[in-house]
Amino acid sequence: MEFKGKAHKFGDDINTDYIISGRYKFKTLDMRELARHLMEDLDPDFYAKINKGDFIVAGKNFGCGSSREQAPLAIINADISAVIAKSFAGIFYRNAINTGLPLVECDTDLIEPGDQLEVSLSEGLLHIRSRDLQIPLTPLPAVMLKILADGGLVEHFKKYGTFNFD
Amino acid sequence: MGKTIAEKILSMKSNQDAKAGEIVIADLDFVMGQDGTSPLAIRVFKEMKGKRVFDPDRVAMVIDHSAPSPVEGVSALHKQMREFAQDQKIHFYDIGDGVCHQLLPEMGHVVPGHLVIGADSHTCTYGAINVFSTGVGSTDLAAGMISGKLWFKVPESIRLVLNGKLATGVYAKDLIIFLAGEITADGATYKAIEFVGEVIDTLSVDARFTICNMAVELGAKCGLMEADQKTESWVKQHSPLNFQPVFADHDADYAVIREYDLSNLEPQIALPHTVDNVSPISKVVGTNIDQGVIGTCTNGRLEDLRIAAEILKGKKIAANTRLIVAPASRAIFIAAVREGLIEALVEAGAAVVTPGCGPCVGTHNGVPADGENVISTANRNFKGRMGNNKASIFLASPATVAASMLRGSITDPREITG
Ligand code: SF4
Repeated sequence: MEFKGKAHKFGDDINTDYIISGRYKFKTLDMRELARHLMEDLDPDFYAKINKGDFIVAGKNFGCGSSREQAPLAIINADISAVIAKSFAGIFYRNAINTGLPLVECDTDLIEPGDQLEVSLSEGLLHIRSRDLQIPLTPLPAVMLKILADGGLVEHFKKYGTFNFD
Repeated sequence: MGKTIAEKILSMKSNQDAKAGEIVIADLDFVMGQDGTSPLAIRVFKEMKGKRVFDPDRVAMVIDHSAPSPVEGVSALHKQMREFAQDQKIHFYDIGDGVCHQLLPEMGHVVPGHLVIGADSHTCTYGAINVFSTGVGSTDLAAGMISGKLWFKVPESIRLVLNGKLATGVYAKDLIIFLAGEITADGATYKAIEFVGEVIDTLSVDARFTICNMAVELGAKCGLMEADQKTESWVKQHSPLNFQPVFADHDADYAVIREYDLSNLEPQIALPHTVDNVSPISKVVGTNIDQGVIGTCTNGRLEDLRIAAEILKGKKIAANTRLIVAPASRAIFIAAVREGLIEALVEAGAAVVTPGCGPCVGTHNGVPADGENVISTANRNFKGRMGNNKASIFLASPATVAASMLRGSITDPREITG
């Protein structure tokens, strides 16, 4: 899996209440609508700045807090191609992969806001095009790659009716 | 090399000899969803072509987050849950029954040695009775409801040895807030925490729930305690199910072992806006408080209401403050009424709301105004958590919240009870 896009940079410990604010979290299952409020408490204009395929780049512990899947779904529906962070909170990690949002774990200190990035999950590399830097990625467990390759856990279950990693 | 509690439970449930780092597909003993996560899980269940849940007796849905419904949109989602539950014949808890994390152990659904998932991050609570329980999202919940299984990466474990004796006026909540400061919000990410030591031995089962409830605030996948005599009699009182407690081996392999002596611990406060922004109470005494909250899956149990009522009985909360009390379940509410605790709290000025999450998650029941300070017994103080990102939330024990209500500012409960 390969992705190309611009970096939108955030800090450490971005919790699910920041990703999708408490004001909207339980009111609707319309993810396109939720996507419009992505990161609103941190950057009120964030949604308007996204071009299809862009990346959210963050520090450590991205997605901490609640188990609500509205968080990765809102990110997907805002046309973000992947989240790149130093580390992810456990529940968010599973939820993202299950819903088909690729996660990229690597050192993000060198990435600057607005950088053009290329990510190759298969090669395990992130390329900062503007400064020709390469950053190695922490590989995803095989099970997660398989779920992502199937297009998320819904598609996996549609295909096999249960878990099937053989 | 021996095994941790987490490795043993996941080995048993996956029928293989599992060690930390390995991936297993394991059988689930119980699966739970609440009203913030179930509607999406029901949609996913259908998308996955699910027909029946794997075992109706091992699945529960709970309406606790927005109960009773504050707006039309939520009402429609609640209706979907009621219809799904009726159709699938699963356990169903409606408004007023209580918070999911109180109900699962209280209604006897989960017992020592079980493997449980819940679509709520504080599902880790039942670790206090030796259950490997962890929070998942709606898609995992749907997959679990269909297959009765889930894949897990067997976590490494951190062992926290808690020695000494908590001083009067210092509670399980102070202990876990202190540990959040020590371990930090992501210190235990992808890991299990085993809590052991004299301090845990002396605590009630209610107080142990408070500690494991907040394991996720340290980033942990689950918090686990061994079952002792107290655990066994508590579980037998609540559940007819047979169980086999699971103990860690003496030569188990831990990522980290840390020891603390907690005899000198003073009451602790988690300051806005992260749980690991911790201060001993002495540094923040006197901070103005507009609203207090006693309740939630962390501290809405009978013991908590007793502690608060003892401090507030026969007194009045300060002018310009307000206190919201949400018992964690219907059974606790009834017991508290019978013991006269509710009378004492209401006479002191408390507003009692429906058993459930109360104002914890910001959907209703006490959204603070801009610039206001709230002191709460909940487990999370993120900006916007209670529905207003311009308010500040301080986390503390029920004793500290009750004492603070008397003065309208953060107050050391030892000055009041002392
Ligand atoms: S009481 Fe608060 S933390 Fe507990 S389940 Fe409800 S919303 Fe979540």
